[in-house]
Amino acid sequence: MKRVYVSRDMASVALGADEIARTLAQAGCDVVRTGSRGLFSIEPLVEVEMPEGRIGYGPVGAADVGKILDGTHPHRLGDVGALPFFASQQRFTFARCGITDPLSLEDYAAHGGWRGLDAARAAAPQQVVDIVKASGLRGRGGAGFPTGIKWQTVLDAPDGPRFIVCNADEGDSGTFADRMLMEGDPYCLIEGMAIAAHAVGASRGYIYIRSEYPFAIDTMRAAIDRAAGRIAPFVIEVRAGAGAYVCGEETALLDSIEGKRGQVRAKPPLPALKGLFGKPTVINNVLSLAAVPFILAEGAQAYADVGFGRSRGTMPVQLAGNVKHGGLYEVGFGITLGELVNDIGGGTESGRPVRAVQVGGPLGAYFPPSMFHLPFDYEAFAQAGGLIGHAGITVFDDTADMAQMARFAMEFCAVESCGKCTPCRIGSTRGVEVMDRIIAARDAAPVAAEGAAGGYLGEALHSRAPSRIDTGIEAQTALLRDLCDTMKFGSLCALGGFTPYPVLSALDHFPEDFGAPAPIEQAAE
Amino acid sequence: MTFTRETDHGTPPAIATGKSVTLTIDGAQVTMPEGTSIMRAASLTGCSIPKLCATDNVESFGSCRLCLVEVEGRAGYPASCTTPVADGMIVRTQTERLKQLRRGVMELYISDHPLDCLTCPANGDCELQEQAGAVGLREVRYGYDGATNMGQAKDQSNPYFDFDPSKCIVCSRCVRACDEVQGTFALTIEGRGFDSKVSPSQGQDFLSSECVSCGACVQACPTATLTEKKVVEIGTPDRAVVTTCAYCGVGCTFRAEMRGEELVRMVPWKEGKANRGHSCVKGRFAWGYAQHQDRILKPMIRSSVTEPWREVSWDEAIAYTASEFRRIQAQYGARSVGGITSSRCTNEETFLVQKLIRQGFGNNNVDTCARVCHSPTGYGLKTTFGTSAGTQDFDSVMKSDVILVIGANPTDGHPVFGSRMKQRLRQGAKLIVIDPRRIDLVKSPHIEAAHHLPLRPGTNVAMMTALAHVIVTEKLYDEAFIRERCDWDEFEDWAAFVSQPSRSPEAVEPLTGVKAQDARAAARLYATGGNGAIYYGLGVTEHSQGSSTVMAIANLAMATGNVGREGVGVNPLRGQNNVQGSCDMGSFPHEFSGYRHVSDDAVRGLFERKWGVTLDAEPGLRIPNMLDAATEGSFKGLFIQGEDILQSDPNTHHVAAGLAAMECVVVQDLFLNETANYAHIFLPGSTFLEKDGTFTNAERRIQMVRKVMAPLNGYADWEIVQLVAQAVGLDWSYTHPSEIMDEIAELTPTFAGVHYARLEAEGSLQWPANEAAPHGTPTMHIDGFVRGKGKFVVTDYVPTDEKTGPRFPLLLTTGRILSHYNVGAQTRRTANTAWHPEDRLEIHPADAENRGIKDGDWVALRSRAGETALRALITERVAPGVVYTTFHHPDTQANVITTDYSDWATNCPEYKVTAVQVALSNGPSHWQEGYAEHSRLSRRIVPLEAAE
Repeated sequence: MKRVYVSRDMASVALGADEIARTLAQAGCDVVRTGSRGLFSIEPLVEVEMPEGRIGYGPVGAADVGKILDGTHPHRLGDVGALPFFASQQRFTFARCGITDPLSLEDYAAHGGWRGLDAARAAAPQQVVDIVKASGLRGRGGAGFPTGIKWQTVLDAPDGPRFIVCNADEGDSGTFADRMLMEGDPYCLIEGMAIAAHAVGASRGYIYIRSEYPFAIDTMRAAIDRAAGRIAPFVIEVRAGAGAYVCGEETALLDSIEGKRGQVRAKPPLPALKGLFGKPTVINNVLSLAAVPFILAEGAQAYADVGFGRSRGTMPVQLAGNVKHGGLYEVGFGITLGELVNDIGGGTESGRPVRAVQVGGPLGAYFPPSMFHLPFDYEAFAQAGGLIGHAGITVFDDTADMAQMARFAMEFCAVESCGKCTPCRIGSTRGVEVMDRIIAARDAAPVAAEGAAGGYLGEALHSRAPSRIDTGIEAQTALLRDLCDTMKFGSLCALGGFTPYPVLSALDHFPEDFGAPAPIEQAAE
Repeated sequence: MTFTRETDHGTPPAIATGKSVTLTIDGAQVTMPEGTSIMRAASLTGCSIPKLCATDNVESFGSCRLCLVEVEGRAGYPASCTTPVADGMIVRTQTERLKQLRRGVMELYISDHPLDCLTCPANGDCELQEQAGAVGLREVRYGYDGATNMGQAKDQSNPYFDFDPSKCIVCSRCVRACDEVQGTFALTIEGRGFDSKVSPSQGQDFLSSECVSCGACVQACPTATLTEKKVVEIGTPDRAVVTTCAYCGVGCTFRAEMRGEELVRMVPWKEGKANRGHSCVKGRFAWGYAQHQDRILKPMIRSSVTEPWREVSWDEAIAYTASEFRRIQAQYGARSVGGITSSRCTNEETFLVQKLIRQGFGNNNVDTCARVCHSPTGYGLKTTFGTSAGTQDFDSVMKSDVILVIGANPTDGHPVFGSRMKQRLRQGAKLIVIDPRRIDLVKSPHIEAAHHLPLRPGTNVAMMTALAHVIVTEKLYDEAFIRERCDWDEFEDWAAFVSQPSRSPEAVEPLTGVKAQDARAAARLYATGGNGAIYYGLGVTEHSQGSSTVMAIANLAMATGNVGREGVGVNPLRGQNNVQGSCDMGSFPHEFSGYRHVSDDAVRGLFERKWGVTLDAEPGLRIPNMLDAATEGSFKGLFIQGEDILQSDPNTHHVAAGLAAMECVVVQDLFLNETANYAHIFLPGSTFLEKDGTFTNAERRIQMVRKVMAPLNGYADWEIVQLVAQAVGLDWSYTHPSEIMDEIAELTPTFAGVHYARLEAEGSLQWPANEAAPHGTPTMHIDGFVRGKGKFVVTDYVPTDEKTGPRFPLLLTTGRILSHYNVGAQTRRTANTAWHPEDRLEIHPADAENRGIKDGDWVALRSRAGETALRALITERVAPGVVYTTFHHPDTQANVITTDYSDWATNCPEYKVTAVQVALSNGPSHWQEGYAEHSRLSRRIVPLEAAE
């Protein structure tokens, strides 16, 4: 009986992987469902076990099963791992993803699983924290805060219960690494959390997964059940989100787990000292926790040897949008943006020139190709007025209207704002309105200024109504900049605080889309 | 005092750690307690940081983003409200950059706020307006044609305040005040982002929501979104006077905010040590009775209660009063008259009434309403500890680890203290509730009692002794404390008594109905859970064994060492605003002020020398004795100040018969109350707003009552008593209540240090306040009990004679509800009737079903004493076999039902246990209809000729 491998990843399933798997099973194959390898231009992908190794075919459909099994399908890819897209990666975190059966404990152990946890449990908590510190691992959720230092704070907190919380509320557009890992290698995350629990003395952990990830929720729950004995006495529970982007913000996430309205908390107190249920809490992104087993198993140095500047180790970069080879590309920091977009991603799917890429999700900055020399590095991106965020890269071709993209950023913030702080609550809505005026003015259809404010009083005191506002492009653009300033420096959390990044970067790099007569100077903040 | 808002430091004080840090704020070096916010530190040093979402009675929130500051070495602009001070920190609160950011935030606020300031009720008293000025906002470049939350409908359902969501800035101060201060959790923010809105309960209006109308949200609101209807109607206040609430024994202090002679609103005073800036619906809003049309403003007399009243001049009324009392005494003897002091009037007024009786009438026939509420507290605590008062201040509860509430319903009866208690419970203190009813404290948002012991009414002593049994037999008592502080021999006697197997929880379970295992667990928790504090109310005292239960409580506290420090103690929650004070002032027939017996020659000599008369060494008559003597024909004249014994005392028929047998009943009151139906002379009283004086609350705290307007009736009550005294020939010449207090201080050792100047300086004083304790005594019995050694008293359980049987199979217990106060004379004349328009009978579904009663049906309530009718409320709050009602409405007259059984030691009536039967009825009883007609006839008034 022939053993074949078909991904059960949500993306693969969306492309028809389930039907292929069924057909293969009907054809008498032993079908192993794996996670995704992470290159979606070859999905659905079928790998057939052959004496020479796993031979991939993709993209394929259910009708192609015959040709796959007799080896004549034209989309024969050979050894998938040898494809340049994969061969050039440094898969520390995603080493098993796409290769193993995600829920098979045997597979996990056979592919190096639990070595990290065993190493951690053989060491004192402080030693584990020291190893994580030495690895240089920084928070992969976007903030880039050193993970080891966060753990140290929790370890040093006064005695009493403490928690490990995994932020799997992956809401950034164009990102999918958390999901891929949870669906493709859930034990890796579980192991990472168990190591964290040992390091800080926690007995309970929570994984907060967005409700839009039903496969990940199911997979994680099943995996937790099976691994319960392996990680005991540590216990993990999955909590499903309720569809609010802001719950990806760590303190809103904690409120949501506690059963409250997901609203951002003011810091201090830091969650590390007063987090879930008011207790010291390690809250880390999926990718941060999933990087830990490698670090413990292979040593801090092995991880720290890779990277660039203060950004050590690897980053699972996610290529999305209008890109030819979309997918997950794990690589050491320092690769340039241009290499990622053009060499790895192969340029746009549409074949038109790249106009802009947005890095770091909907709150990340837009970069023109003129900045493709930027190395993928927390500091380099911050210096260039952007952020790495969760390492999602969304590619746009030259048909993109960057003013509309700026408007979208404001609209996204308005829709997702929790409503707690004023700059975000009111500012984002006003931002959409300002963008509408700019776009209207740009499109040479000036808005007729309205009369008095509405309401009986406005009518009664018409002569005292607020003076008409200047809806011209220059005034509105100045207002937009002021608003972005208020939001960036005044907001309580990163949602309102980072919304200005896409807006201002679009304005600065693509002024012509904002009706500016001539390119204006780069923002010098 | 002219009108200035109270200083708001933005965030509450830091939790004391004893450490302090030194930092620099705008160039000035300051030292602050660790944990203080930058905002508060700045405010305390005199620099004001703009703010909107911060207010110092709730935790910081960090949402408005106006209070951003610069901290050297830190990135960005931290919010000063959420950032604690740190050593060496260098903070700048006023820079060009900060101005720019604050203006940007304010521009956003105003882009979604109406510009109708000139016609807005908060004009001039609006923090948004003030802050917009402070940050220098001059234009709103966003215009007004964008998205908006303006134009929403107002919610005017609450009788006292309006909710205008169009003006809301979503600072969440109201929500947080409801959660953190009041603890009701009635408000929330609904929706997200720009659509975030304040919502009562599940999108309901305020009146039909869970809101208890405490006013915390209105007080917290920085704009006109939540505004008192009186402010809308009258305008903003122009002066404020701090005074003390005239409702319950919590003794909240308020700023009476006035415009001219008109009271605009009562705002809880943050400096007030009893209420710490909080209030309830009564004190905050229900003061409209003071100007109610029912108020009687002219004196009236009549020769017979069947005649209509005749308005007369003050001179005539006073002269007639004096002549009647002198006539009766001449005819029937010196002891044929007496008086009742008021627990609602001031200490000074109460003192004068008892002085009038003792000095002027030459007997000790004076009593007070405490007779029917907390006289067992006086007896029980005096016997065991040596003093007739609670042992703690209210702040003490914040240091309690286990709170035992028995026979009290703080969230209804003492709501402001109830909220304090709930704050502590939310912090993690454990709660034990011993009550036949499942009161709100048993389970409410974020509160759940560790144990609720739903005992059968009348079994308190058995219950408390069973708890003691567990503590003694399981050796959970504090031997070191007992040996040092109490009489060990008496303890051993008591311990032997409670250890008897017949006292065990198992043995008394059939009596109390409380599962033995629950009782055991509760006893262990109280004895071993850290600081244990007992709070009790009338559910303890108003029983045939009321005094025994008080002593059983004291025994329990002593046995576990829970007396003499903060966080512990025995705390009666006293009912009326000045019931503590009226007792302190010598209102009882056997005691002078300060609880000194009239038979004590030295004490009596002191008063005789001061007053220049010989005083009676025999204790006088208690209220029930006066009524008994009246029906027997030996008691003929009664002077009643501010009490409605007909409605509030038990067995209405007996009270009525006693009053009807008297020849002269004087009622001094605001309204023609029920007792006035049997009165011959009516002297119109003045409200607490119309006089100076002091009230003493349940924590022995003496607080100032200040006159904010002239008495509508012409005189303060103390002046009226003085007029009567002068008319009977006494040489009184007080020109101000402070002189009365000086006399009290001179004659009463525990009050020796209480003078108005001291009260003004200290804000309030808890007695004893004298040379030994110049700043008063927040916690009593610290170094030893007042009586010397604490006394353990054996409290044998004696079942009440009031027993259920085939005719009267249910037990009635009575109580109060949040929106009403006592007999309702005040609250029924306010919009509080919106919440509680009538008394209802709470009955368990099983008992209701057996009788075919549906919710809202009229039912007849019968006991061997009488019958009345009211509507039923079917609820599992009461256990099967128990029914419950309130006594706020004279239409119901719940005390027609109650009997004349009373406490063995003090005659405190057994209100809490009456055997009754309940049956469907068609409406008000025959008696109720007759009484209504009698009241109508009795209240006819013939106006003073050419009065107008």
